[in-house]
Amino acid sequence: MNIPNPAALAIHGVRKSYGEMQALSGVSFEIKPGEFFGLLGPNGAGKSTLISIIAGLIRADQGSISVLGHDTVRDWRAARRALGVVPQELVFDPFFNVVDMLRIQAGFYGCGKEVWPWIDEMLIRLDLNHKRNASMRALSGGMKRRVLIAQALVHKPPVVILDEPTAGVDVELRRTLWTFMRDLHAKGTTVVLTTHYLEEAQEMCERIAILDKGNVRVIETTEQLLNRHPFRFLRLKLANGGQLPASLRPFVTSERNGSIELRLEREQQPIASVFTALRVAGVDIEDVQTREPDLEDIFVELTGNGISAQPNAMGAMK
Amino acid sequence: MNRDRRGFVTLLTKEVRRFWAVLGQTVMAPVITALLYLLVFAQAMDGRAPVYPGVSYTQFLLPGLIMMTVIQNAFANSSSSLAQSKIMGNLVFLMMAPLGPWDFYAAYIVAGLIRAALVMTAMLLVAIPFVHLPIQQPLALIAMFLLAGGGLSVLGIIAGIVSSKFDHLAAFSNFIITPLSFLSGVFYSVHALPPLWFAASHLNPFFYMIDGFRYGFFGHSDVPIWQSLLWASGFFATVSAVCLWMLFTGYKLRR
Repeated sequence: MNIPNPAALAIHGVRKSYGEMQALSGVSFEIKPGEFFGLLGPNGAGKSTLISIIAGLIRADQGSISVLGHDTVRDWRAARRALGVVPQELVFDPFFNVVDMLRIQAGFYGCGKEVWPWIDEMLIRLDLNHKRNASMRALSGGMKRRVLIAQALVHKPPVVILDEPTAGVDVELRRTLWTFMRDLHAKGTTVVLTTHYLEEAQEMCERIAILDKGNVRVIETTEQLLNRHPFRFLRLKLANGGQLPASLRPFVTSERNGSIELRLEREQQPIASVFTALRVAGVDIEDVQTREPDLEDIFVELTGNGISAQPNAMGAMK
Repeated sequence: MNRDRRGFVTLLTKEVRRFWAVLGQTVMAPVITALLYLLVFAQAMDGRAPVYPGVSYTQFLLPGLIMMTVIQNAFANSSSSLAQSKIMGNLVFLMMAPLGPWDFYAAYIVAGLIRAALVMTAMLLVAIPFVHLPIQQPLALIAMFLLAGGGLSVLGIIAGIVSSKFDHLAAFSNFIITPLSFLSGVFYSVHALPPLWFAASHLNPFFYMIDGFRYGFFGHSDVPIWQSLLWASGFFATVSAVCLWMLFTGYKLRR
């Protein structure tokens, strides 16, 4: 008899309220083993609450979660051993240096000297080796973030959750981190990523769930998600200070530095119809660009929110 | 070593290394404070009538000071470690690890006892060349040390869990631990007190811890040893019940 592989993460009917405020209203979805999965949502959507419940930091009012078939409440030891979580906040123990901190963390998970070579490898891969004997107190924010990542991976968990791992870190660390995570993923590790940098999610994740107001709004492959958007964008720069005809005004989404972006329905509004309208109005075009919708457009469409005012992260990474 | 046990041993080792890293502050400083008390009070009270037959005031004072220091340091060890981890946020590393309530409970108790034992040993080593201390009842002495040090370590865990800022922890220490340890017969026999204070002293669990500990040295005490053992055991059992309830339910640890 074939026993199906358990989901890397199986989340069923999870509810959590804080007084009147419902943080999660019956969230259910599954993440397959070996997936690179994005968990997105605006601030207050319930992402951090859900991650904290998975990690055992918060108790759900209702519902269940299992990690590789281990229930996080009934079989909590096995569930926690299978999981590594990089917390969002830069927290550290000031009493220890980097390598001691990592060895201690490994010990909490029941790992001994057998993981020391892995710790050394992580220190090298995360460009931390020159700081291995430095006190945690003396590290910069970026270095502390690297240690947090290493701490989450120290017991070689098959499922890793990265909660905003690149918030406020420099381009070099992003590059280092994503190269490292891609390698781990290629070796079979399931990675769950939450990020405010939607281009990161679009680039890295195979499947994405968008959480909004405590509910899963959508869960699809990244490709399906991008294709579900019925629009495309056309950016025009008009020659000689030309004005856009009134018939095209309703489709304007932004105007910046003399450049106008129009949102057109893929099926109903061919780009040629815009050019025709401009020609009829006697307006010349200086420059034209088209843009396919990205994850941020989908996100805004689904949640009615921009996710973040933070600068583009992946642009610098590519 | 199996993985669960290794988790516990790691937590215990970490807690010991934490106070070991600042030994001057965690062991040497309380020893010096206690020895200063000994020096000042021994000088001021020298020549008074012996409290027990054949026991000078300085001899009487030393076990009380040792137990007071044990009480204060066992409490400080677990409370400051937990409160600091909570306030700095690094407690999440422990909360996410496969460590159970019993692991926390036992590791913090043993770490507190190790620090208390170090403080006690250092005080004895420094004081013994000047003050002769017999050990008449070693088992009673060990039992009182374990019950008092263990009980205060557990109370420290409770204080660490309850405190969400250093102010709360300081309140525990300033308004509970220090007054109860000073008013517990460290510096005097409760028989020398007026009736009201004499009766009040008998409601203070620290009094029994000190009195029972003194019995271990001299074979004499203000109350029978079984009474001290009963009070110290009762204290340990009560704080343990509260602490384990907090750890199992995740009170103020897991929301």
